[in-house]
Amino acid sequence: MTTLIDNPVLRSTRAEVLRLRRWPAVWVLVAVWIALALVFGYLFPYLSYRTGDLSFAGDGDTRAQLLVEMLPAAIPTVLVQGLPMFGGALALVLGAIVAGNGYGWGTWKTVFTQGPSRPATVGGSLVALTLAVLGSLALTLVLFLGVSLLVAGTESQAVTWPSAGAMLESFGGGFLVLEMWALLGFALGTVARGPALAVGLGLVWALVVENLLRGVGALLGPVEAVTEVLPGTAGGSLVGALVDVSSNPNETPGVLDVLTGSQALLTVLAYCVGLVVLVLVVVRRRDVT
Amino acid sequence: MNDLVVQTDGLTKRYGERLAVDSVSMTVRRGEVYGFLGPNGAGKTTTLRMMLGLIRPSAGTVSVLGRPAGRPDVIARVGALVEGPGFFPYLSGRDNLRTMARYRDLGDHAVDAALERVDLTDRAGDRFKAYSLGMKQRLGVASALLGDPELIVLDEPTNGLDPAGMADMRALVVSLARGGQTVLLSSHLLTEVQEICDRVGVINGGRLLREARVDELRGEATLRVRATPEDAAIAVAMRVAGENAVSRTPLGLELELAAEAAPALVRDLVAAGVDVHEVSPTERSLEEVFFEMTTEAPTTKEKVA
Repeated sequence: MTTLIDNPVLRSTRAEVLRLRRWPAVWVLVAVWIALALVFGYLFPYLSYRTGDLSFAGDGDTRAQLLVEMLPAAIPTVLVQGLPMFGGALALVLGAIVAGNGYGWGTWKTVFTQGPSRPATVGGSLVALTLAVLGSLALTLVLFLGVSLLVAGTESQAVTWPSAGAMLESFGGGFLVLEMWALLGFALGTVARGPALAVGLGLVWALVVENLLRGVGALLGPVEAVTEVLPGTAGGSLVGALVDVSSNPNETPGVLDVLTGSQALLTVLAYCVGLVVLVLVVVRRRDVT
Repeated sequence: MNDLVVQTDGLTKRYGERLAVDSVSMTVRRGEVYGFLGPNGAGKTTTLRMMLGLIRPSAGTVSVLGRPAGRPDVIARVGALVEGPGFFPYLSGRDNLRTMARYRDLGDHAVDAALERVDLTDRAGDRFKAYSLGMKQRLGVASALLGDPELIVLDEPTNGLDPAGMADMRALVVSLARGGQTVLLSSHLLTEVQEICDRVGVINGGRLLREARVDELRGEATLRVRATPEDAAIAVAMRVAGENAVSRTPLGLELELAAEAAPALVRDLVAAGVDVHEVSPTERSLEEVFFEMTTEAPTTKEKVA
C-alpha cells in the first residue's frame, strides 16, 4: 500500500524542509539575494533617478525610462535580470551546502539508515531545495510588488499591472534558471562530498571561466560552439529572452542573447534533468562513511 | 523459524590492497545482546556499515532480519549509531530527532520518548553543536531507539561517556534486551562486554577470530601449579593434563585442567618426588582471552612442548 502519507519521498521531503527551514545559513543566502536584488533593481535606479546622475543606468536610459523600469509594470523584467549573475551564484551555493555539508557532518550516514531508499532520500532533499528556490523567488516577487507600488505612490504615477502572462513567464523562467544553478551546486556538493570545493569550483566556473570562454569563443569558432551549451550561456540567454534584450539593450552582466529563447529554455531544462539523474546515480551506488 | 537477526557469510571489504574485513561469518540471534569486540581498526565499524547497507561488500553476503542488508524495508526495522553521532549542528537535539522521525514517519511522541530514555529531555532544546561529547553520543543512541526497531546497532556507544554515563548506557542496553529487542554492540572495552553481552564475536585485523558465549570463552579454567624441581613437575603435569595443555608462566605452570583435577594431580606430583608449593584454580578474565587471541605472539607465556 502506497498512500500519499506513506510515500518515502514525501517523508524525506518533510524531514528536509524541517532542517532547511531552521538552518541560519539558508536564511543568510535568501537575505543576501533579496538585499542585492532590491539594491540593484530599485535602490540604485531610484538614487540615479532622484539625483539625475544617469551614469548608473549606463545603457542610455533617460530619467523617464528609469522611472518606468521601477513601476509595477516592469516587475517581470526586474525580477529576472539579477538572476544570471548573483542569483545563480547564490543558488549554486545553496545547492552545494545542502548536499555537501551532510558528508562532513555525517548526517547523510544517519539519514541513510532511517528507512527511505537513497533515491527517495535524495529525491526528498531535491524537492526541499526546489521549494526553497521557489519560496525565495516568491518572496522576492512580493517585496518587488511592494517596492514598485511605493515608487509609483511616491512619484505620483498611475499604477498599471504587468499582464498575467508576462508575470508567469518571468516567474517560471527565473525559477528554472535558479533551479538549474541550485541543482548544479547540489551535484557538485554530492560529487565533492563537501561544500568547500563545490562552492569554490562552482563559483569560479560560473563567474569567471564561462565569461572567459565566451570571450575566447567570440574569436574562435570551435570554442564558441562549446560556450553555447554552457549553463551560464543558457541561463543568461533565457533571461535575455524574457527581458527582450536584443530589442531593448540592457547591460546587466550575464544577460545574453546568444541563444534564442526556446533554445535556451531547452538547454536549461536539459541541465535540470541531467543533473538530477547524475545526483541519483552517484548517490545510489556510493559507499557512505 | 529463522531466529538469526544478522547473518554474514564470507563478508569481505577490500580498500585497494588492504583487506579491512576478511571473510567474516557471524550470526546474531534474536533477543540477545551481541558484543562485537576488537581493538581500534580491527574492522568492527566497516562490518557494521556493510550490515546497514552504507557500504557495499567486496565479497560475501549479509542478511539482516532474513533479507539482504540495506533494503529500505530492512533498514526501517533497524536503528543504528555508527562511528559517532552524525547530526545537524545548527539544530537542537530535539529538532535533529524530529528530522529523523519524519524520515521514519514517526510523530513527536516517539522523539520525546527517545529523549527521555537517554536522559536528554532537559537539554533537548540546546543546539547539537553546544553538546558535550557524551551528550552527542546519547543523542545518537536516542536516534537509534526511535520507533523501537527490532535490531539496534550501537557502535562504541560508551565513547566519550563518563563512568556514570557508561553505567547508565549499560543499564539501557540490558533493558532493551529485556524488552525483546536485539542489540548488536561493538566495543573495545572488555568489562563492558563481559557484563552485558550474551555472546561475543572477537575480531582483529579484519578476521573474526572467535564467536562464542561469554561464559564459554572465559570458562576454560586452568590450574596454576608452583612446584620444584620444575622439570619433574612438567613431566608429571604433561602426563596428567596432556602434552599441549601445560604452559610455563612467570607465576608457575599453567595447566588446562578443571579445579576438580587438583587432588589427583597433587598426588601424582608428590608420588614423583616433586615438592608442591602452591596449587590454585584460576578463571581467566575475558581480557586475558582477548589478548591471547588478538596478539600474535604471547609474550608472557611460552608453550613447554
